[in-house]
Amino acid sequence: MSSGTLFDKVWDLHRVSQLSGESTQLFIGLHLIHEVTSPQAFSALHERDLKVRCPNRTVATVDHIVPTTNQNRPFLDPLAEEMLTTLERNCSKHNIPLHGIGSGKQGIVHVIAPELGLTQPGMTIACGDSHTSTHGAFGTIAFGIGTSQVRDVLASQTLAMSKLKVRRIWIDGYLNHGVYAKDLILHVIRMLGVKAGVGYAYEFAGPAIQRLSMEERMTICNMSIEGGARCGYINPDDITFKYLNSCPYAPKGDAWDRALEWWEKLPSEKDAVFDDEVIFDANEIAPTLTWGITPGQGISIDERLPNPNTLAPSDRQITLDAYSYMDLKAGMHMKGLPIDVCFIGSCTNGRLSDLKAAAEIVKGNHVAKGIKAFVVPGSEKVAKSAKAIGIDKVFQEAGFEWREPGCSMCLAMNPDRLNGNQISASSSNRNFKGRQGSASGRTLLMSPAMVAAAAIKGEITDVRTILNPHANH
Amino acid sequence: MKKINLFPEGSISKVIGKAIVLKGDDIDTDRIIPARFLKCIDFESLGSQVFADDRKELNGNHVFDKKIHEEASILSVNSNFGCGSSREHAPQALMRWGIRAIIGESFAEIFYSNCLAIGIPCVTTTKQQVEDIQGIITKNSKEFWELDLRNKKLLGSKNSWNVEIEKSTQEMLLNGNWDATSELMSNDLEIQKITSSLPYINNFSN
Ligand code: SF4
Repeated sequence: MSSGTLFDKVWDLHRVSQLSGESTQLFIGLHLIHEVTSPQAFSALHERDLKVRCPNRTVATVDHIVPTTNQNRPFLDPLAEEMLTTLERNCSKHNIPLHGIGSGKQGIVHVIAPELGLTQPGMTIACGDSHTSTHGAFGTIAFGIGTSQVRDVLASQTLAMSKLKVRRIWIDGYLNHGVYAKDLILHVIRMLGVKAGVGYAYEFAGPAIQRLSMEERMTICNMSIEGGARCGYINPDDITFKYLNSCPYAPKGDAWDRALEWWEKLPSEKDAVFDDEVIFDANEIAPTLTWGITPGQGISIDERLPNPNTLAPSDRQITLDAYSYMDLKAGMHMKGLPIDVCFIGSCTNGRLSDLKAAAEIVKGNHVAKGIKAFVVPGSEKVAKSAKAIGIDKVFQEAGFEWREPGCSMCLAMNPDRLNGNQISASSSNRNFKGRQGSASGRTLLMSPAMVAAAAIKGEITDVRTILNPHANH
Repeated sequence: MKKINLFPEGSISKVIGKAIVLKGDDIDTDRIIPARFLKCIDFESLGSQVFADDRKELNGNHVFDKKIHEEASILSVNSNFGCGSSREHAPQALMRWGIRAIIGESFAEIFYSNCLAIGIPCVTTTKQQVEDIQGIITKNSKEFWELDLRNKKLLGSKNSWNVEIEKSTQEMLLNGNWDATSELMSNDLEIQKITSSLPYINNFSN
């Protein structure tokens, strides 16, 4: 059993009681809600005539269903409009702050809470969305919950939960030029598999992790869930504190000094005990992308697609399924594969640094003929900051569409979706069958820079050949 | 559409019914209920939409479309079932179709707790046993099965298997407090204590 880890410390601080069975009643420091997974929870509350226990520890935004072209109300899609109205009504009834469209604070829930400084080290955070793991980048225990649990948190600000084990994922070395946080996490998931994290919290640590910016750390923790781990975290350090210092909802003045003192005590102790530990070397990672129908079906740009017979027996069937669905074959290179759509955005890679990295590739180039390429900033703040430095223009001049913030084609609950069996290069996090809105649509996950490279070449391209055209790849 | 049994309520110690097999590892919640069906403010219509895209692709030949499985209430799956999105719409859709218990090699965590929260036990057993069980179900879809949660057994007409269930899950189902809201709310004093002890709630002044 783990001890002395950040996970243990934060868990103990939030333990309310031992419930029947072996589960713990855990206090939730911040509850984030959005339009898709909250309406039924509010209905359940109303049916039982219950109140929201801590409206001031609850924050709402709208992200999944918002259109990214015309955001005028009412939305053209009546169902989307109904979902937003319902959220607005529930928030106003229960005095829950809602960062709506045009507020300057709206965006994907996992983008706005960190940038507003709502997400702080040492908290427990829950949200009816599996990518809540993102917030672990600040040294929080943050995890996704279902709608019945949303109801429980609304009613009691607590949850029934069994304690997770802790696996430390230690990353040595340096990321090479052209290799990004996204490549790192796709590599880890590929190596450990999509089930390895079940029952675990992932602690990401080591020199390569410590060098990452907060936005890169969010990309890593975001995809813990794709590795099967309900939560992932990184110990807070000076990079964390510096980021928070400029955030509107972070503590100010004397409270900041006291906060800092408390935050500094949170990281895992030197002699902490982990339930498991694995080590990777960042230097060995090349640009990585998925080729299949689970996030674990990844490959580096230099490799050929695996021969199913050389894989573990348990991986064979899903590999064959993936080849047939994706229309790919063993032995092929992903490099050179023609694509149809390019999507830059999502809670994994829709932040300013992601857009900057992609813009660097795009600048002075043009989207290849026949390719639909678009950028969806993760939040209104990201959009504003990007515009302030002219990135929107860089993309538009290159033939990308520049959209309004939201989840967009990450899950295609709005009009942005693939058609037929189109294949997309996407900076999002899931490549499941049908994920991007067409039952036969195909998704290749990769870094925003790789998506940008694919857009201008019209095919899967090693981004390093654009960043550094004279090197030999 | 077939008749839906009453939804789970109170203490759950047994699930008895016909069974259905859905083969495949890593079946994610986007497949169980595609995102476009999440555009709703209640769960009511989800039952007929479960596995919508897979069913459409198979043109009536999906197991969930076959008349012989119409009354099935026990679902047998393989490994990492329910991975991906945290949408409770997935277990809700299965429940509203008629599923009351799931047996598999392993389950994704959020899916597992979402099932528990609506009174659907997810029990596990070894890969080999899952395959044996699936073989028997496939041969005779009319057979009745009994999942005995107290004794952690799955009983068929001729065989019985040991199954695993997390102890806390087992107790919550047996006690009928899998719907956690009231128990959680009853500890109000302790909740208040924690609230006043957490630095970030008290302007870091304690
Ligand atoms: S961007 Fe995608 S993964 Fe992130 S919250 Fe939105 S739908 Fe979920």
